Amino acid sequence: MKNDSITIISSKRKILNINLKEIWQYRDLVMLFVKRDLKNSYKQTILGPLWIIINPFLTTLVFTVIFGVIANISTDGIPQFLFYMSGNILWSFFSSCLNRSSSTFLSNARLFGKVYFPRLVMPISGIIYNAITFLVQFGVFLILVLIYMFSGFNVHPNLLILLFPALMLQASLLGTGFGLIISSVTTKYRDLNVLVSFGVTLWMYLTPVVYPTSQVPESIRTLIMLNPVAPIVETFRYAFLGSGTFEWFYLLISLFVTAAVLIFGIIVFKYVEKDFIDTV
Amino acid sequence: MNMNDNCVIKTENLTKEYRLGAIGTGTLRHDLQSWYAKKRGKQDPNVRIGAKTYEKGDRFLALDGLSIEINRGERVGIIGANGAGKSTFLKLLSRITSPTDGNIMFKGRIASMLEVGTGFHGELTGRENIYLNGAILGMSKTEVASKIDKIIEFSECEKFIDTPVKRYSSGMFVKLAFSVAAHLDAEIMIMDEVLAVGDMQFQKKCIKKMRDLALNDNRTVLYVSHNMNTIRELCSRCIVLQHGKMIYDGDVDEAIKVYLGGEQGDFLSHDYSDSKHKEPSERNEINLKSVKYYGKTDNIFNDNEKIPLELTWQNKEDIKNLCLRVEVSDYRRFPVTAFVIENFYSGKKGEEHTQRFNIDISRIARGGYYTRYVFYNRKSEVLPFETLEAAAGLRFRKRMTDKNENRWQKSWGSVIMDEIELAE
Repeated sequence: MKNDSITIISSKRKILNINLKEIWQYRDLVMLFVKRDLKNSYKQTILGPLWIIINPFLTTLVFTVIFGVIANISTDGIPQFLFYMSGNILWSFFSSCLNRSSSTFLSNARLFGKVYFPRLVMPISGIIYNAITFLVQFGVFLILVLIYMFSGFNVHPNLLILLFPALMLQASLLGTGFGLIISSVTTKYRDLNVLVSFGVTLWMYLTPVVYPTSQVPESIRTLIMLNPVAPIVETFRYAFLGSGTFEWFYLLISLFVTAAVLIFGIIVFKYVEKDFIDTV
Repeated sequence: MNMNDNCVIKTENLTKEYRLGAIGTGTLRHDLQSWYAKKRGKQDPNVRIGAKTYEKGDRFLALDGLSIEINRGERVGIIGANGAGKSTFLKLLSRITSPTDGNIMFKGRIASMLEVGTGFHGELTGRENIYLNGAILGMSKTEVASKIDKIIEFSECEKFIDTPVKRYSSGMFVKLAFSVAAHLDAEIMIMDEVLAVGDMQFQKKCIKKMRDLALNDNRTVLYVSHNMNTIRELCSRCIVLQHGKMIYDGDVDEAIKVYLGGEQGDFLSHDYSDSKHKEPSERNEINLKSVKYYGKTDNIFNDNEKIPLELTWQNKEDIKNLCLRVEVSDYRRFPVTAFVIENFYSGKKGEEHTQRFNIDISRIARGGYYTRYVFYNRKSEVLPFETLEAAAGLRFRKRMTDKNENRWQKSWGSVIMDEIELAE
């Protein structure tokens, strides 16, 4: 196989110079990283991949007890377990995309210091890995929705479920976009790592995960809905459970923010990747 | 920037600059603090008192305007002292980091082995790691699949190929890793001393493989090493770097001479007209003027060849019963042994004398060595020895011809001892 394509490495930096063709050439690597991580996550565990389901189940159970039973927060008439589970799995998909991509440079410094491949391969494989986990959880959620529905509970999936792939993509890209920015800044300032770990938890409470937007006082509801994750969670819940707030306006704003964050994230990431190895 | 047909790598004025000193303080708070203090004209609260601070102008050029052209099928060795810029050059070529100035152009794919086993994952089996490592190095799944049998065979790890690599010995690990890299379909192969690991036999096999790739498939090989033997065996052309600049480009043996000659540029003789290579001594009564290996054209000695040493000195005082010690240390400057001659000379003040010696280094194992000359004597039988002059000496290389090469491994030590006798 002869390959005579000429590559030029120059000291000049170009803004937003993504070589999609090159990333496509490395698609096998993306999948191998996903496979490696899946295999590695549940190696030497007793329950193995069952953890993917146990994890959101336990969290949802705790949410149900604390926010539903003890704090008695209204769920707009939706069965509490389904309500909390819907918010919880979508949020954890978003936050794990963010967490994973935010450590791209630091946790792969050794590898990046020895061999070249398009660095965006790492966050992309992270998205796929998280998407697989999410889809498994979503499958279980879907089964529960059907069970509740046919048991006569107040659950009404509607046509908006067609938006599901778009919502999923948006959540992952938004999380990854933020993650790329953070990972670029942490090559120099490690303290951002600390901020991320508790910042994400705080962020969850600013998102309608454990409460419906309808319970938020009118005065700050707009503020909550301007949080780009909020419309995604609300739309998702409205589509599958049939109650909650759904407004195109806020969803479009969120979409716009996602695009902006992602593009900015990639620009910063591409800028830093060229010689972060000298500073890390 | 143009490349002619045969050229596969071309660099123009390639420069890499590193800032000296710490880059920032590592936390945002401290950086802001320092910046604010500086702005108000106050002292930086994050600098240790008395610490040397680096100003903006303090920079270090790891590579200083390097322009090289490498043609298809060449096996190029890159040598130079630590910090000469070898690894920086390879890092730039492999796109690990980017140049500060200048350009690199290359044709085809580059497979870089700056470290063996990059991206190997302990939990995965040997076979899975071949796929992963191959993909990291730029191969597609189908490419690896078509070569996996050859890779496994070359690695000599058939038996353990479905075992997680965390259970491998370090040798097996290296063998497997090298095998993957050696079977890449890249037009350009870059290696940074990866052959330094693994046993002798495997090293030989690897070098042969790299040679074959270059000779038969017209691949281009770039190889960095401190091991001159492997450079000699593998390379057809050699580049010597010093302080980020190219000081020699061409014939391999000539390049090695240039490199071993070091900073003074001499390896056959030295003139001690400045006292740079001398050490202070207790009684400064001898002035060593020059040294040379007489009747030699290089500083390489084979098997039983003796070192023909010629020293010239001047007596600063009347000298009686002069003694000389030639100390030998290895490339890490670790003392190996010393050669001694006692009471070989007496002379009057002001006299200049040239003396030839033959030093039998047949017991010294192969490799490069440093020497040091120490003149000493004692004023009377009851007094201790005192140093009259001490100076850094010429380096030499010991080489074994094929017959003797495997009799003594370098790792056993630097002095070859006699066989063990059987006792009753």
